[in-house]
Amino acid sequence: MRIENVRKTYGLEPWVKVVLDDCSFVIENRKLTVVIGPSGCGKSTLIDVLAGYEKPDSGKVLVDGRPVRGPGPDRLVVFQETALFPWMTTFANVSYGPMVRQEMDKKELRGETMKLLKLVGLEAFADKYPCQLSGGMVRRAELVRALINRPKVMLMDEPFRGLDAMTRALMQEYYLRLFEARPGTNLFVTSEIEEAIFLADRLIIMSNRPTRIRKIMNIDLQRPREFKILTSKEYLRYKGEALDILYDEAMKDFHSGMKVANVDFLEACSQAGKDF
Amino acid sequence: MPDSNKRAPMKFEKGVFSMSAPGKRSPGGLAKKIQESFFSREIYRGYASVVTLLILWEAGAKLGMPIIKNIPPLTSVLDAFRQVIFDSSYWGSWGTSFNRICIGYIAAQIIGIPLGLLMGTSRFFREMTLPVFEVLRPIPPLAWVPAAAIFWPTREISIIFVTFLGAFFVLILDIVGGARAIDPRYIRAATSLGSRRKDILWRIVFPATLPSIIVGMTVGIGVAWNTVVAAEMIASRSGLGFMTWRSYVTLSYPLIVVGMISIGIADCISSGIIRFLGARITPWLRTDMPANVL
Repeated sequence: MRIENVRKTYGLEPWVKVVLDDCSFVIENRKLTVVIGPSGCGKSTLIDVLAGYEKPDSGKVLVDGRPVRGPGPDRLVVFQETALFPWMTTFANVSYGPMVRQEMDKKELRGETMKLLKLVGLEAFADKYPCQLSGGMVRRAELVRALINRPKVMLMDEPFRGLDAMTRALMQEYYLRLFEARPGTNLFVTSEIEEAIFLADRLIIMSNRPTRIRKIMNIDLQRPREFKILTSKEYLRYKGEALDILYDEAMKDFHSGMKVANVDFLEACSQAGKDF
Repeated sequence: MPDSNKRAPMKFEKGVFSMSAPGKRSPGGLAKKIQESFFSREIYRGYASVVTLLILWEAGAKLGMPIIKNIPPLTSVLDAFRQVIFDSSYWGSWGTSFNRICIGYIAAQIIGIPLGLLMGTSRFFREMTLPVFEVLRPIPPLAWVPAAAIFWPTREISIIFVTFLGAFFVLILDIVGGARAIDPRYIRAATSLGSRRKDILWRIVFPATLPSIIVGMTVGIGVAWNTVVAAEMIASRSGLGFMTWRSYVTLSYPLIVVGMISIGIADCISSGIIRFLGARITPWLRTDMPANVL
């Protein structure tokens, strides 16, 4: 999947707010592309444009060379706050896609759904409603709700945000296992630098608003990723490089007075202080 | 899993909108619920306070306390109850009032739910109908009684009409509010997954709005009872409201209280039925389900 020169604005002239400005990159197949950037820099807008919920003001979004015309089951999104349907059981949620597209018969669908639920350890909770599941379980269910449709592209919009550290680490592991078992075209958006480097094959760092691609880094850490690489030299080198850029971006906005950047600035400072 | 081949095929259970995997129902039976409702410690406190109220009532009336002595004492009310239970016209009043409620309320639901959903989901439709709606809504249903008596052919229909209005406006308000508050991400997720328009309507919008619909229905039955009783007092010669009013006019004061209590019980029963049905159709909102911890 590729995007070329995409620009997205909100509002009317002359108070137009530019959210994405001339963004171009390729999301390669069989590689995990991670997008990181300060909060409020338009990462969610990027997902919206890629998924087809919004049309860019200029530029192109292409899948396999063909332009994107709207949302579809070839590009599925896992959202920030869960979008699992609360009125359906886990089972019904996961089987929703194929059921509504009438692609499989009942028995096949049941088998496929239970198989995927088993893969993420939720088979015992197939009959429960999302309100009965914990945060991590809900996210896992959402992952397989997308996966069962074998989408060409998976778009993850900070899916583990708001989870506690331990659950988050487990979710990262689950996700990586799923990805490494069925590598596809995956885009993962996050604002956590550690998560970004841990997951990524390619890391795209975005600038603050108006958002452009600041840098694209190739992360050449060994797969399958394990938690022990978090203390390895290469990992820390990548992290230092990325932090430098983010710090730089935060300073730019600090000087131009954006409140949002202050928070990131302080965070980046404290992390930099810890590591160096 | 070898087991799965032996289980029953998928069927609708636990509410209309879930495809249920084979599995156990949640534990906790009817007996346990009854025990919790009638015999638990919290309920004993409730009993105590109600009994105290009754004692104060009786004592106050018999001992001649300033205002309470004008109220018929508990014992004469109980006496009146005992007499009236065997009177068929008493139960006839129940029937008449319930009849009006049933027709008016159910009509309000049948017209109001689809209309509310339409107004909630279609901007065009809402912009056309909401202004008219907002002009009519502030008029209390009871204020409609004289007008209704004029343009409907029979008194009965005009009372039913007024009852209908009470439940109708509340319902529409709640449904429109609920439909407009649906998180757009549900719609987006469903669209990406390949839903057609009717899937979005029936599998997403309708269940998402269902809680608001049920709130509208529950409040609506209360409003309907309010309205029907008052309308009967003003404009009718039958029903529980009329019976209560007539007891005042004919100086049978204990019967007034009998009427009041009867109306209260009737309202309680109807609300209870609606709430029960509401809870059945929305299993995902029940708070008594055990939460699971990772």
